[in-house]
Amino acid sequence: MAVGKEIRTQIASVQSTQKITSAMEMVAASKMRKAQDRMGATRPYADKMRNVIAHLSQSHPEYKHPYTQDREVKRVGYIVVSSDRGLCGGLNSNLFRRLAKDIKAQADSGVEVSFCTIGQKAAGFFGRFGGDMLAQATHLGDAVHINDLIGTIKVMLDAFDEGKLDRLYVAYNSFVNTMTQEPTVEQLVPIAGEEDDELKHHWDYIYEPDAKDVLNGLLTRYVESLVYQSVVENAACEQSARMVAMKSATDNAGELIDELQLVYNKARQAAITQEISEIVGGAAAV
Amino acid sequence: MSMTIHVDIVSAEGEIHSGQAEMVFAPAVMGELGIAPRHTPLVTTLKPGDVRVDEGDGEIKHYFISGGMLEVQPHVVTVLADTAVRAEDLDEAAALEAKKRAEEAMKDKSAEFEYAKAAAELADAAARLRSIEKLRKVANKRG
Repeated sequence: MAVGKEIRTQIASVQSTQKITSAMEMVAASKMRKAQDRMGATRPYADKMRNVIAHLSQSHPEYKHPYTQDREVKRVGYIVVSSDRGLCGGLNSNLFRRLAKDIKAQADSGVEVSFCTIGQKAAGFFGRFGGDMLAQATHLGDAVHINDLIGTIKVMLDAFDEGKLDRLYVAYNSFVNTMTQEPTVEQLVPIAGEEDDELKHHWDYIYEPDAKDVLNGLLTRYVESLVYQSVVENAACEQSARMVAMKSATDNAGELIDELQLVYNKARQAAITQEISEIVGGAAAV
Repeated sequence: MSMTIHVDIVSAEGEIHSGQAEMVFAPAVMGELGIAPRHTPLVTTLKPGDVRVDEGDGEIKHYFISGGMLEVQPHVVTVLADTAVRAEDLDEAAALEAKKRAEEAMKDKSAEFEYAKAAAELADAAARLRSIEKLRKVANKRG
C-alpha cells in the first residue's frame, strides 16, 4: 500500500536512532560506575595530602613559600576542566556559563584572566571566543593518569612563580549525585590553610634537604592532586550526565515512535475507508 | 607491647598500605631513613626505591615507589607516592608540550576573551535545552 510510505521510513529512522541512544546510555552507565570507583580511589591520597598541608600551615617555618602568600591580584589563571566528548546534556555549557560570569566579574574589577584547558570541549570553547590560553591537555581517555596533567599544571604554576599570575582557580563539575552535577570554581593557589587545634604549639619540621625544595615538591603535588581530583570528578559527572541525557533521548524517541505510529494507523484506516466508500459508491451507481 | 607507629602509603590513584608498624624504612634523597615511633616531625622528598614496613615478628612488607614525599609526625608516617617518574627536565618537557598544544589551538585567535559572543552562544544553548525540556513535558502530558 502506498499510504504512509514516508511515515514508515521515518519510524524506522527514529528506531535506529533510539537503538544508538539506548546503547550509549548503557555504556555510560557502566563507565559511570568505574569513574565513581576511580573517584573513590583518589580520596585517600587527597585526604592525607590535606592533613600534611594542614600540619604544615600550623608549623612555623622560617621559609615562607610563595604558594602560601597572598598577594595583590592583577591577573588570575583558570584551569578549566571539561569533557572530551559531547552528548552529555548541559554539563559543559553549564560550567562555561558559570565561568563566563566569573570572568565578567574579574574583568569588571580590572583583573585580567588567562586560561589553561583540560578536555576538548573547553579547548573548543576558548578557541571560538578567544582568551589568553597558556596550556592545553586533551584526549585523556576514561582512566586519567596524573602524568597527563603534570605539564599543563606546571605551565600554570610557572606563570604563578614568575608573577604573571597572582591567583589560580580550577573550574570543574563537582559530582553531587547521578542526577546532579554542580559547576564549581575553586581557588588553588595561594593555598588557604586549614586549622588543626592539636598542633597549636610552636614547632617546626626538619626539612631534608632544605625547606625550599621540600615545600616546593609538596605544594606542587598538592596542587596537582587537587587538579587530578577535579578531572576525575568531572569524568564521573560526564558519564552520569551522558547517561541521563541518553535516557531521556531514548524516552523521547519512544514517544515519537508512538505518535508516528498513531498517525500512520490513522492514514491507513482513512485510505481503507475511502476505498470502501468508492466501491460502495461505484456499486450504487451501477 | 612494643611501641608502634601508624603508617599510611598512598598514591594519587589509590591507597597502598595502612596499618601499624614498629619501624619504617624509606629511600629519602639524602640517603635511606629508618623511622621509629616518636620520631621528630620531618618532611622530605623520596627518590625511587623500596619502602619497607617492619610490622614486628619478622613481618616485613616491601613497596616499590617511583618517588614522592614523606611526612613524619610523632605517631604517624605518611608516604605520598608518585604514580609517575618525576624529574625536573621530564616535567619541563611535558610543560612545553602543553604550551605548544595551546599555541596551536589559539593560532589567529584574539587574546581577549569575547564575553559578549560567549554569553550569546551560551544563552542560545541554554534556551535550546529549556525548549527541549518544555517539549518533553508537553509530550508527556499528551501521552
